Amino acid sequence: MAFAASFALIAPELVLGITGLLLTLVAAYGGDKFARFASIAAAVALGGAFALVAPSVCAGASGMETEAFGGLFRADAFAGFAKLMIFAASGATLMIAPRFFEKIGAMKTEFPVLILFAALGMSIMVSANDLLTLYMGLELNSLAAYVLAAMLRDDDRSAEAGLKYFVLGALASGILLFGMSLTYGFTGTTSFAGITAAVSGELSTGMLFGLIFMLAGLAFKISAAPFHMWTPDVYTGAPTPVTMFFASAPKVAAVALLARVSMEAFGSQVDAWRQVVIAAALLSIVIGALGAIGQSNIKRLLAYSSINNVGFILIGLAAANASGASALLVYLAIYTVMTVGSFVAVLLMRDAEGNQLEGISDLAGLATTRPALAWALMALMFSLAGIPPLFGFWGKFVVFQAAVEADLLALAAIGIAASVIGAFYYIKIVKIMFFDEPAGTITGEADKAHWALLLICGVIVSPLGYFLTPWLGSLADMAAASLGLPG
Amino acid sequence: MGGFPILSAMLAVPLVGAIICLFVGANTARWTALVATLVNLALGVLLWLNYDIGGAQWQYTEYHNLFDTFAYALGIDGIALMLIMLSVFLMPICIGASWNAITKRVGEYMGAFLFMEVLMIGVFAAQDIFLFYIFFEAGLIPMYLIIGVWGGDNRIYASYKFFLYTLLGSVLMLIAMLWMVNTAGTTHVPFLMEYDFAPEAQTWLWLAFFASFAVKMPMWPVHTWLPDAHVQAPTAGSVILAGVLLKLGGYGFIRFSLPMFPDASAQFVWLVWGLSMVAVVATSLIALVQHDMKKLIAYSSVAHMGIVTVGLFAFNVQGLEGAMMIMLGHGLVSGALFLCVGVIYDRLHTREISRYGGLSTNMPAYAMLFLLFTMASVGLPGTSNFVGEFLALAGIYQINSWVAFVCTTGIILGAAYMLYLYRRVCFGPQVNDDAAALPDLSKREYLLLAPIAAAVLWMGVYPESFLAPMRADIQWLDERLAEAEPASDAQLVIGQAVPAAEPEHHGEGAH
Repeated sequence: MAFAASFALIAPELVLGITGLLLTLVAAYGGDKFARFASIAAAVALGGAFALVAPSVCAGASGMETEAFGGLFRADAFAGFAKLMIFAASGATLMIAPRFFEKIGAMKTEFPVLILFAALGMSIMVSANDLLTLYMGLELNSLAAYVLAAMLRDDDRSAEAGLKYFVLGALASGILLFGMSLTYGFTGTTSFAGITAAVSGELSTGMLFGLIFMLAGLAFKISAAPFHMWTPDVYTGAPTPVTMFFASAPKVAAVALLARVSMEAFGSQVDAWRQVVIAAALLSIVIGALGAIGQSNIKRLLAYSSINNVGFILIGLAAANASGASALLVYLAIYTVMTVGSFVAVLLMRDAEGNQLEGISDLAGLATTRPALAWALMALMFSLAGIPPLFGFWGKFVVFQAAVEADLLALAAIGIAASVIGAFYYIKIVKIMFFDEPAGTITGEADKAHWALLLICGVIVSPLGYFLTPWLGSLADMAAASLGLPG
Repeated sequence: MGGFPILSAMLAVPLVGAIICLFVGANTARWTALVATLVNLALGVLLWLNYDIGGAQWQYTEYHNLFDTFAYALGIDGIALMLIMLSVFLMPICIGASWNAITKRVGEYMGAFLFMEVLMIGVFAAQDIFLFYIFFEAGLIPMYLIIGVWGGDNRIYASYKFFLYTLLGSVLMLIAMLWMVNTAGTTHVPFLMEYDFAPEAQTWLWLAFFASFAVKMPMWPVHTWLPDAHVQAPTAGSVILAGVLLKLGGYGFIRFSLPMFPDASAQFVWLVWGLSMVAVVATSLIALVQHDMKKLIAYSSVAHMGIVTVGLFAFNVQGLEGAMMIMLGHGLVSGALFLCVGVIYDRLHTREISRYGGLSTNMPAYAMLFLLFTMASVGLPGTSNFVGEFLALAGIYQINSWVAFVCTTGIILGAAYMLYLYRRVCFGPQVNDDAAALPDLSKREYLLLAPIAAAVLWMGVYPESFLAPMRADIQWLDERLAEAEPASDAQLVIGQAVPAAEPEHHGEGAH
């Protein structure tokens, strides 16, 4: 067994893991005065990992030579595409977090370390080619995430979010593990390739149970309805940079993992899981849209918005073909940009003393008091609603295109009609910012890192983003091709 | 033109203007917007002058493979040319109409209008079905802002209603477009126009497109967003809404529904006729009892659009030409009527009809122009709407005399409500002292109304200028529809000469 080749394939994970361990020592012996240094070092490590992954994505790596450690781990273009998004979102979190935590005197050296370990866990998740690798990556990410949610130890809401996330997350992990054990019991193997070989033909009832339990556990991780209950509470309670992290990177990882499990391991049993995915997709779209309408907290609203968006991503998964997998990746990429942009805009909502504001009513009349912020948030809201010419439309477009190509016309028609319900609350935010009298509470200054990030996200969601489509589309197509799916 | 991409230039000029407007002060924004729209008008004139009548079906084509799945493909035929001309002609007038009326957030306002112009030209010029959809849907954003920020008291409700109604209408169209592209294997509109979809698929596709265009048109019973949006929008917003945005529905029918799904169009012809007949009669009657001038004109728009849809679905050259001429004529006339309402609204700040009266005494010039546009709206010979309405009704008469009969009552009712409106506003005793003291038209208002008056008369007296560029395209469409054309109820047969005298004995033999 060529260990050298295997180690070369996991080079990005090694970079993250070793940096994480070293920074743990720094945190243990150096204390909080090294917080800035640790943030920068972690960001550099993520950048390095990003650079290591990028070539395999551009080359569309696939096949046997991407498998490491005897098929436990797979560094193909599909995983690479997801990793790029995960590392970018983690890096963005590190970029905006210090300002937030320093203001309330809670910047800890542990924060970048936990982000690094979470990113490492996600990186393993998306490369998993075996149920055990899958579970290891998932738990590494989850454990880091529970602590991140409770990062503000003195804040009741943050502690509550951490506890809620932990209890429900542990339950979901249990469900997932139960499904995995059933799968192992009926197939006699934990490797995806082995499962594929074992489940071809008739699916036994026990096997079906295993599949359903695994889907339920993963649906919890991507906060798809009806397993979404934790999302609004955790998103509201967690510190805003952490919420941004939760809404972007782990979602990418869990969706990519779900795609790999269902499309690859159970690729021959599409009919068994497709109806579950369709039900979850439509429920998520409707619940995400209806739940958001009555909200008064912007983070809670964005939580429902993320549930809503997961529904559209699942439509791409339900298509169960190569263009569906490609659409799913394109949607995830655009969704990550929109989410990061929206939460940066939330972070820019500060009063004169620099305290964070979260009320939707604070946004009133923002167009006259802070036009730049209002226009950026408007672009993001219309983009999340999927109104052309903003780039969010493209995500919906490719997903529905895949559904139509897979002959899921009813799903596409119902899904897109339900997206109109969601449009209501997005345009409500625009109405509050543009039509209402100014509330005048958002007066604080913001630092350059936030504005830079918001500007980047704003340019991408603007119509200029369409110039990215040939490039994004071909990368996603290559990544999807590495899954080895039909048409 | 030596390959100069004139359509791209017409998109770029207002786009650049819109971006500038967002960053400059009120007065600079006004001038920027005016200059940008005038430059576009000049480009439009150039476009028309260089359009080769009787030449290629698609002219000024541009093709750049810039995006994944769809392309940046532009090109116009005569139908699109005329609608683009209408848009660029009305835009400077809209900017002029808002010159003094808009005082808050002028830069954003002008920016929204210029962006609107980009999208309207884009809709008419797009040759790629998805590019069309993007332009078509994007219009929601500036209109939402225009109604919501600068509208009247109930603007929030009106803006929500406008946005969600039209969005729900058009999302299903997107699914239909995706299916069509998947089946036909191309996104190119001219190709799709000649592609024969399976008749059973056409049914569903037609319905999906109908859901979108019927809302935009708007057809009864999905017209209810229009009166709200019109009443609450600022004057220039109403002009653009009535003048150009309503034409998107008609353009959609003539560019997509009819040529792409001829069988389904024939299949659903009674649906369209039925809704149109109800629209013409019902909304005319509703217009008759309105107290609000803008609402009255908004309902009259729905009635006129009913005649447009009847003309479109007459399946013959007269009907199609008539529908196009009403769209152009109505764009000018209803725009002008909204401007006329705006003129007195700016002075008295009410649209209540009973607050006016006897304006012809103190505002003779205004009364004169208002009368011209009222007569044009009624469809008096010599004005633009006469040509269109006559052709459209003549077209439908060949197919179905009952539909023609019901729709013609709309003309009579139209005369009733318009003349009743005019009588209450301009004639009669001057019961309101403040209305009696209003000054006549200013120079700026003359400049806004006079060009429209000239165009209305031109179109009424010499419609050939406007029909000539469209003739070949309408001919093409008529041939495309010929096979699906429903049977006429007239059952005309060429008369046989009856023999002069029957010999007597034949009759006896029959007994």
